[in-house]
Amino acid sequence: MSLSLTSITQQKGMPIAEATRRIADLGWTPSYVKEAMAFPTDYKISRQPKDPMKQVLRSYFPMQEEKDNRVYGALDAALRGDMFRNVDQRWVEWMKLFLAIIPFPEISAARSMAMLGRLAPGDDLRTGFTMQMVDEFRHSTIQMNLKKWYMENYIDPAGFDITEAAFGKCYATTIGRQFGEAFITGDAITSANIYLQVVAETAFTNTLFVAMPSEAARNGDYALPTVFLSVQSDESRHIGNGHSLLMSILNNPDNHLLLERDIRYAFWQNHAIVDAAIGTIIEYGTRNRDKKKESYAELWHRWIYEDYYRTYMLPLEKYGIKIHHDDVHQAWEDITKNGYVHKVAQFFSAGWWANFWRIDPLDERDFDWFEYKYPGWYNEYGAWWENYRKLSKPGSVPITFADTGYVYPHRCWSNLVPCVIRDQLKVDEVDGQLYTYGSEVDRWTHKEAFSGEYKGRATPAMGRFSGRRQWEELYDGWDVADAIKDMGFVRADGKTLIAQPHLSLEEKDMWTLDHVRGNTIKAPITTLRSLSPEDREKHIAEYRKGSAIRLV
Amino acid sequence: MNMQATIEEEAVSGAAGTKTFPSSDSRKYNYFEPKGRKATHYEDVTVDVQPDPERYLAQNWIISFANGDPTYSKDWTCIKSANWHLFRAIDQEWERNHYQRQSTIVGMIENVIQNGRRSGAPSRFDKQWVGILQDHLGAYKHFEYGIGVALMNAQRRGYTQMINNALLTNSSYKLRMAQDITLYLGEIGLDIPGFDPSAGKKHWLEDEIWQDTRRAIETVMGTNDHLEQYFAINVCLEPLVGELFRNGYIAQLAAAQNDFMTPSVVSAGEADYDRNLANTAELFITLVNDPTYGAENKAILQDWLKTYGGLALSAAHNLEPLWSLPAVKIAQFAGALQAQLERIDTITNAIGLTPLARH
Repeated sequence: MSLSLTSITQQKGMPIAEATRRIADLGWTPSYVKEAMAFPTDYKISRQPKDPMKQVLRSYFPMQEEKDNRVYGALDAALRGDMFRNVDQRWVEWMKLFLAIIPFPEISAARSMAMLGRLAPGDDLRTGFTMQMVDEFRHSTIQMNLKKWYMENYIDPAGFDITEAAFGKCYATTIGRQFGEAFITGDAITSANIYLQVVAETAFTNTLFVAMPSEAARNGDYALPTVFLSVQSDESRHIGNGHSLLMSILNNPDNHLLLERDIRYAFWQNHAIVDAAIGTIIEYGTRNRDKKKESYAELWHRWIYEDYYRTYMLPLEKYGIKIHHDDVHQAWEDITKNGYVHKVAQFFSAGWWANFWRIDPLDERDFDWFEYKYPGWYNEYGAWWENYRKLSKPGSVPITFADTGYVYPHRCWSNLVPCVIRDQLKVDEVDGQLYTYGSEVDRWTHKEAFSGEYKGRATPAMGRFSGRRQWEELYDGWDVADAIKDMGFVRADGKTLIAQPHLSLEEKDMWTLDHVRGNTIKAPITTLRSLSPEDREKHIAEYRKGSAIRLV
Repeated sequence: MNMQATIEEEAVSGAAGTKTFPSSDSRKYNYFEPKGRKATHYEDVTVDVQPDPERYLAQNWIISFANGDPTYSKDWTCIKSANWHLFRAIDQEWERNHYQRQSTIVGMIENVIQNGRRSGAPSRFDKQWVGILQDHLGAYKHFEYGIGVALMNAQRRGYTQMINNALLTNSSYKLRMAQDITLYLGEIGLDIPGFDPSAGKKHWLEDEIWQDTRRAIETVMGTNDHLEQYFAINVCLEPLVGELFRNGYIAQLAAAQNDFMTPSVVSAGEADYDRNLANTAELFITLVNDPTYGAENKAILQDWLKTYGGLALSAAHNLEPLWSLPAVKIAQFAGALQAQLERIDTITNAIGLTPLARH
């Protein structure tokens, strides 16, 4: 009989349940000075949430270090294996957008743990929140590191080199800012628990951090899956934190009306933002056209509809929470029948010059795949992409201003994605001002949910929309060349655009400021507000009808 | 390899250096000024991730709190700065080196505990000392926890990523330390008959010795000014209470009570504090030397020093009876306190403040 090392070194230890119980007992109720309440909520939490993970920092830190070692080892191996020689540039270009956005929502999630830590009674879940805080710090800086790694090793570093500056200025990253700010601003439970943990982390990280890495690998990018699947491995902890706190909130029927409001708002806005960005990147940022792989619509059905809606949202009904099934079905219809992702991709390409990454034209293989996965696609979008290819040469009219029949879309005041499903455009007044919305839920979000009162109930903690929410208003009346220069989206020679409507790096093919000068940006909302009521109605009716794209 | 193959590969390769074109060599983040000649890795992964309307956030913050506060506000501290973005954490921590360091520490502590227990060390601790660990190290762990909780809240409120991440890592260190002590006491308690792991909390809540310490940390937890919390913790409470207990008491007295384990467990907190103190001092040195608000800031810090230094000094004096408890008395409270008073004077001197009054 042979000895095992464990049998020699084994020592009586403290059971993990006992260890976590003692750690939860570190907290106390202050009696000399009341703990400050920094971030308000309209929810009432009377039941102490329990930590489902029962992990302590002693085991957490080595586990995370080990995960890191694997990530950084894999990045080194990718360079030794000359990954960038085979990586598809179409894919990496879109990473300039994605990786400009994602570190801010991640670090916002870390910050939001401060808001939840103070609200949850007892200290049981505080360890869970602590680990999530450090996890999110991990995610933000590991993603910044990945982006730096792309910048140092990928053929075209332009766009990566200005990344955080671009994040603050770009017309596309604005939706990522809405996403990240929504984690940390306004009612603390609405933002940090429902929007972040219950919806974004439980539902949409699957498309963000699981589906997207698979597509990266298909394009020869092994770095993104390495980093993001490691990131995703932390998410189960966050989902557990969120569910535990949700169960404490559910316990009090007074909270049910607010839960209905917030789950509705958060689901719809996560759908609008994440599906716009990630749907576009997965479908349009790939060169891989394997017809056996799942389309974004199929992925959505698996991750969001089956895994989240049916197994997470629906069971909440038994606790008395009204779930808006119609919203989920509408989101599904928008993705499958109404072309939500395709129309967002069309928008990104329409404004290619305002980007800080390059978008190349689609080719016949792409057309074939889209038509296979989304029958009727070519009829609706084929002419657009044919035009895009034709107008990708410098000296052409930028497609935005060409006579294609494309009407630059209004922006949704709530989720900041353009109102691309045009027949769903809603227009309403709030406090005497006119606003545009991508759908009825977005109108409701601004007018009813983000208000000091909800269905007769005072909601003094609810946030408000603020700032210069529509990017187009910043540059209304500006020449395109001046706007690009103002944003800093120009290469080191002071004239060549970072964005290009193709992937050629031959200088003769690259657009400069001079190529786009002479075109003026117009903010649709400014125009709409300036119209007489009759003209406005006419404009809205025309907009809702949509328009066919003609070949130029 | 023939020439044609080379050209084809070159045409499709996405590797750096394959072609020369405008910005093909722009391989550094170019939107911030590094503190030194070249940006450090920490700066690259930290600076400007939290945006600022005065830098690149062209649309400003797009959600606000109901009271009108934006997502981040300069008004969340009474300290002012002409340039909040100057500060860089001295310890340069980002996720990778944070996990490496924390992991090394918990590994070291686990080894100390396992090896000490294997050798039967806890059963040889002086009996009087065992009671001290149970009651007073047990009480002290709540102080560490309180700091961790206060800093966890604070890391939501700083105006830059650099400040908030320094607060976050500080919180992470303190919460780990609180757990380290909790688990340590629980584990040695397995080897010591009659050891009561819950006694520490009772002492924390009720024992006169700890009440001024509790009052001090609850006062810190009672403010929403994150920089007031950071200053109070690392400039006042840590040297006069935390370090006094960890270093001036545990580390100096334990060996004489047959205890080689506890100082090793607690020593990690000393090294953590050195790093967090360096970050804190750097931030406040920057702020008192601010070209616009330096004098105003200095007056505020002086006021905080009076408030929190006073609370911490009172807490320190209240701990004095602890030095009479061990069976073997090889260190005196007066000497330990004097060392810590010199420590806080060194810190305040570095920041440019008038020393803490002794009464």
